[in-house]
Amino acid sequence: MYHNSTRKTASVVALAMAGLLLSGLVAGTAMARTDITIGMQLEPPNLDPTGGAAAAIDEVVYANIFEGLTRFGPDGSVNPSLAASWTVSDDGLAYTFTLQSGVTFHDGSAFDANDVKFSLDRARGEDSTNAQKALFTGITDVTVEDDTTVIVTLAEPNGNLPFNLAWGDAVIVAEESIADAGTAPVGTGPFQFSRWVQGDRIEIVKYDDYWGTEAKLDKAVFKFISEPTAAFAAMLAGDVDAFPVFPAPENLPIFDANPQFQVVIGSTEGETILSTNNKQPPFDNVKVRQALAHAIDRSAIIDGAMFGYGTPIGTHFAPHNPAYVDLTGNSEYDPEKAKALLAEAGFADGFETTLKLPPPSYARRGGEIIAAQLREVGIKTEISNLEWAQWLEQVFRGKDYGLTIVSHTEPMDIGIYARPDYYFQYDNEALQALMTDLTGQTDEAERMETLKQAQTIISEDYVNGYLFQLAKTGVAAAGIVGLWENSPTQANDLTAVYWQ
Amino acid sequence: MLRYILKRALSLVLSLVVASILIFVTIEIVPGDPASYMLGLNAQPDTIENLRRELGLDKTPVARYLSWVGGLVQGDFGTSYTYRTPVADMVADRLMVSLPLALYALLLSTAIAFPVGVLAATRRGSVADWSVMGTTQLGIAIPNFWFALLLVLVFAINLRWFSAGGFPGWEAGFFAGLKALTLPAVALALPQASILSRVMRSSLLDTLDEDYIRTARAKGLSRRQALWRHALRNAMIPVLTILGLQFSFLLAGAIIIENVFFLPGLGRLVFQAITQRDLIVVESVVMLLVFAVVLITFLVDVAYALVDPRLRQQA
Amino acid sequence: MSQSNVNAPAWYTASRVLIPGLLLVALVILAALVSFVWTPFDVTKLNIPAKLQTPNTTHWFGTDHFGRDIFSMIMVGARTSLAVAVLAVGIGLCVGIPLGLTAASMQGSLLDEIIMRGNDLVFAFPALLIAIMITAVFGPGAVNAIIAIGIFNIPVFARLTRGSALSLWQRDFVLAARVSGKGATRISIEHILPNITNLLIVQGTIQFSLGILAEAGLSYVGLGAQPPTPSWGRMLAESQTLITLAPHLALFPGFAIILTVLGLNLTGDGLRDLSDPRIRRR
Repeated sequence: MYHNSTRKTASVVALAMAGLLLSGLVAGTAMARTDITIGMQLEPPNLDPTGGAAAAIDEVVYANIFEGLTRFGPDGSVNPSLAASWTVSDDGLAYTFTLQSGVTFHDGSAFDANDVKFSLDRARGEDSTNAQKALFTGITDVTVEDDTTVIVTLAEPNGNLPFNLAWGDAVIVAEESIADAGTAPVGTGPFQFSRWVQGDRIEIVKYDDYWGTEAKLDKAVFKFISEPTAAFAAMLAGDVDAFPVFPAPENLPIFDANPQFQVVIGSTEGETILSTNNKQPPFDNVKVRQALAHAIDRSAIIDGAMFGYGTPIGTHFAPHNPAYVDLTGNSEYDPEKAKALLAEAGFADGFETTLKLPPPSYARRGGEIIAAQLREVGIKTEISNLEWAQWLEQVFRGKDYGLTIVSHTEPMDIGIYARPDYYFQYDNEALQALMTDLTGQTDEAERMETLKQAQTIISEDYVNGYLFQLAKTGVAAAGIVGLWENSPTQANDLTAVYWQ
Repeated sequence: MLRYILKRALSLVLSLVVASILIFVTIEIVPGDPASYMLGLNAQPDTIENLRRELGLDKTPVARYLSWVGGLVQGDFGTSYTYRTPVADMVADRLMVSLPLALYALLLSTAIAFPVGVLAATRRGSVADWSVMGTTQLGIAIPNFWFALLLVLVFAINLRWFSAGGFPGWEAGFFAGLKALTLPAVALALPQASILSRVMRSSLLDTLDEDYIRTARAKGLSRRQALWRHALRNAMIPVLTILGLQFSFLLAGAIIIENVFFLPGLGRLVFQAITQRDLIVVESVVMLLVFAVVLITFLVDVAYALVDPRLRQQA
Repeated sequence: MSQSNVNAPAWYTASRVLIPGLLLVALVILAALVSFVWTPFDVTKLNIPAKLQTPNTTHWFGTDHFGRDIFSMIMVGARTSLAVAVLAVGIGLCVGIPLGLTAASMQGSLLDEIIMRGNDLVFAFPALLIAIMITAVFGPGAVNAIIAIGIFNIPVFARLTRGSALSLWQRDFVLAARVSGKGATRISIEHILPNITNLLIVQGTIQFSLGILAEAGLSYVGLGAQPPTPSWGRMLAESQTLITLAPHLALFPGFAIILTVLGLNLTGDGLRDLSDPRIRRR
C-alpha cells in the first residue's frame, strides 16, 4: 500500500510573497487571467496514456482530460476519482467500486460501469499495448453489477489495487472514442482536448459539463520547448507562464531573484543511481562495488550536475517516504578507503569499464563528474552518450554496460531489486523473499519494517551507487496558485490552478 | 535531344531507387526499436510484441521496404509510429514553417547581398570594398547556431523585442508568424548573405572584365551604365546557382536553428523522429528531400542542355 | 580597371590575406601542439568549488560549470577540431581524387556516368541529417564525426578533379603523352594530377574550414567527440544554459571557432590568388 500522509516541502521559495503583493495590486484594476501556458521539455508522441510510456503523455492528460477510478493527490495519496468509494471483501479478493453518477465523456456520451470494464479488460487483455501491464496482472475478472457498480476480482489479495488504478495507464476510456485517443483524446476530466499543433503546443479548454468541481481556468496551453536555453528565454520573456519541471536548474537563482517569478522546489519519486552491472566482472565482487560507493562524492555531484538541487540518498528509496532509512553513512566519500578496497579485491591498479549515459543532464553532467572521481581511485571509464532508444537497447535490454546513470521515477519501485533479470542483474534470495512477504502484508507497521529491511540489504550490498533523489525544480509567474509542488506521479494537474 | 532527356530521366529514376535502398538500409540498422522506446522501462515483452505487430514491424525488412516504396509511388508516405498520424500531413504542417523560414532567410540574404556585392564591385579597392570583404569573411566564419544564441540573448532576453522562439501558427496572423521567424531567419541569413555578397562581387567583376563590357564602355557607356545594362544580368547566372543551392540547404539544414528557436519545422521533425525511432517518418522525409534535390538538378540539367547543346557532352 | 595593384606582383596582393590567415592558422596549430605537452591546468580534473569564475589572472578565460580552466580546454579543443577536420578532408581527397581522375580519363563511359550520378546523389542527401543518422547507427564519437563529414567531402573533390582534369585531357602535352603510348592511369598520375594540385590545395583549405564548422555543429548537437575530450562545439552547447550567468563560457569557444575558420578562409583565398593571378581580386 502506498502510504503517504505528510510530505516535507523541500522549500517553497521566497519572493513569491513579493510577487503576491504585486499581483494583488494589479488584481484590483484588472480581471485575473483565466488562461495559462505551461512549458514542457518533451512533446508527447500521442495522447493515449494507455498505450505509451512517455511521461509527457501523462503530463498533459492526467487528471486534466482523463480520469481513473482512483487518482493521486498532490501529496501522493490515493483518492477517489470516478469511483466515489470502494469496499474490499473479507478475503481481500474482490473490490467493489461504486462509481460517480452523472459523469459524461467530452463527446457527450454517458460514463458507466461498462466503460470501466472495457478499459480494464483492454489494459490487461492479450492484445494490450499498455506500458504498465504489470499493474493489472492480479486481476482475474471485471464484472458489471449495475450502471454504477463494478466488481474487480483478484487472484490473490493485493492491497495495492487502488494505488495501481491511480496510475495514468489505468484511466477510463470509452470504446467508441479510443481509436482516436492518440490524436483526439476523449475523457471525463475537467478539461477537454481542443487542438494540437504538432511540434509546438497542445491546447485544452474547460469542459462545461464536468461532474466534479469545475476548473478555474478556461484554457490551458502546453508548449513544448526542448532546449533548456530556449526554455529559460521563453520563461523570462513571458511566452510561458509556468515550467513545472524546469530543465536548467543553473538558472533558478535568476528567477529566484526576480519578484515576477516564483521558484518551487519539490520532491519527485526519482531515485538517481549509478546503476552497476552486478553480473559483469569486476562488479560481481561486492568489494569492488563498495569501493565504487566510497569513490563517489555525492555532494560534488549534486552541486556540479544539479546546482545544489537534490537530496543525497544511500539506498533506493524516496527520502520523503515515512519508511525511508538514511543509509548514506554506508557510502561516505572516502577515496583512500576505495583504493584499499580495490587493492583487497585484486585491482590495486584499477580497471577499465564503460559508463553509458542517457540524455538527461543529470546523467550527462553527473557522468562527467563521476568519471573524474573514479579516475582518482584508478578506475578508468569510457563515457558514451546514448539516446534513449540506444540506451534501452544496449543497457536496459542488452545489459551490455558496466555503469550507467539513470533516475528511476516510478513511485515505490524497490521491488525491481527482486528481479534477477532486471538490467542491473542483482540476484539475492533474501531480498526476493522479503519482497514476496511484502505483497501479502496488510499491517502498516509490518510493511514499514519490511521496507526498511529491504533498503538496508541493498545498501549494504552496494548493488548500485546511490546518488540523490531528483528534485522537482519548477518556475512559475508570481501570480499562479495551485500548481503541484511535488511530483508523486508525472502530471500537471490544472484542476485547482488559478491566477491571483 | 529527346534521347538525352530520356537518358537523364532514366538515371534520375535509378538514383531515386538507389537512394531509397540506401535510406532504408541505413535506417534498418539503426539500433533501437520503436515499440520498446514507446513503451518504456516497465513494459512486458508480450506488450512490446503486440505493439510491434500493430505497427507492422513484425514483417520482414523486404516486405516493409516494398510496402513503403509502393506507398511512396502512390503518394502515400505511411503513418507515423509514434504520432499515429499520416506522415504526409505532418510533413505538410512542418513545411508551413520550414518553407517560409527558408524563403525569408533567402530573401534577407539576397536583400543584403545584392547592394553590398554591387557596392563592393563598383568601388573595387576602396575602403567600402575592403570593409565588405572583411565583414563577409567574418560572416562566413561565424557558426550560425552561435550567432542565433547571441540574437536570443540580446533581442529576446535583454531587449524583449522578439519572443525567444516558438511559432504561433499562421492563423495567429501573418505578422505574428513573420515576427516569430525573424530571429531564426536572421541567424540563417548571415552566413548566406556573406557568401552571396562575395559571389555577387566576384561574378560582377568577372563580367566587367569581359570583352563585350569593354566594347560597351568603348562605345561611351559609363562604368555605371555598363554595369546596370549588361554586367548585372550576366553576373546573375552564378548567383542564381548559389541561390538554388542555398535554398535546398536552408530547407533541410536549419535543424540546429530550429532547435535553438524551438520551431516546429521539418528538420526538427526528423531529428525528433530519429531519437524516437519513428523510422517511417525519417525514411519518408529524407526520401522527399533527396527527391526534391535530385529533381531540381535534373530540371536544371535539362534546361541547360536546351539552352546550350554543347553541355550535353559534358553533363 | 585602373587599380594600381593590377600590375603589382601576385604574391603582394595575395600576401595581404595570406599572411594574416597563415598567422591565425599557425596560432591554432601551435595551441593544439603545445597542449600535448603543457596546458595551464589539467582539463580532466574537475574542481567544482571553483566553478563559473570570470576571466582572472589564474584562469585567463575563466572556468566552466565544473571548475575546469577554459583556456586549457580551448587549447585541447583545438586538437579535436583540427584532427576531425583534417581527417575528414583526407577522406575526401583519398577517395574523391581517384574517382575524379578515373571519371575524367573515361569520359562518357558508363563508369563516368555512375561516378557522376553517385556524386549528385551524395550531394542530394541533407548532410546534417545523414551525419545524425550515421551517429545514430554507430554511436556518437570523433571517428564517426570524421566519417560523416568525410563522406560529403568526397563528391566535392571528385567533381573538382574531374572538371579540371577534363580540360587538361585536351591539352597538347597530354595528347603527346598519349601518343607516346602511356596508359590512362599513368597519364592521370604523372601529368594530370601535378597540374591540378594547386586547385586541390585551395579547395582543401576551404573544405578544412567547412570541416571545422561542421565538427562544431555536430559536437554542438552532441554527436562529436565524447567527454571528457574537450571540444569547442560541445563547450558551446554546455555553455548555452549558462549564457546569462556566465557569458564568457559561450564567447571563448565561439571566438576560437571563428578565428580558426577565418584563418583558414583567408589562407585559402591567399593561396588561390597565388596559384591563379587572373582571379586574384576575389
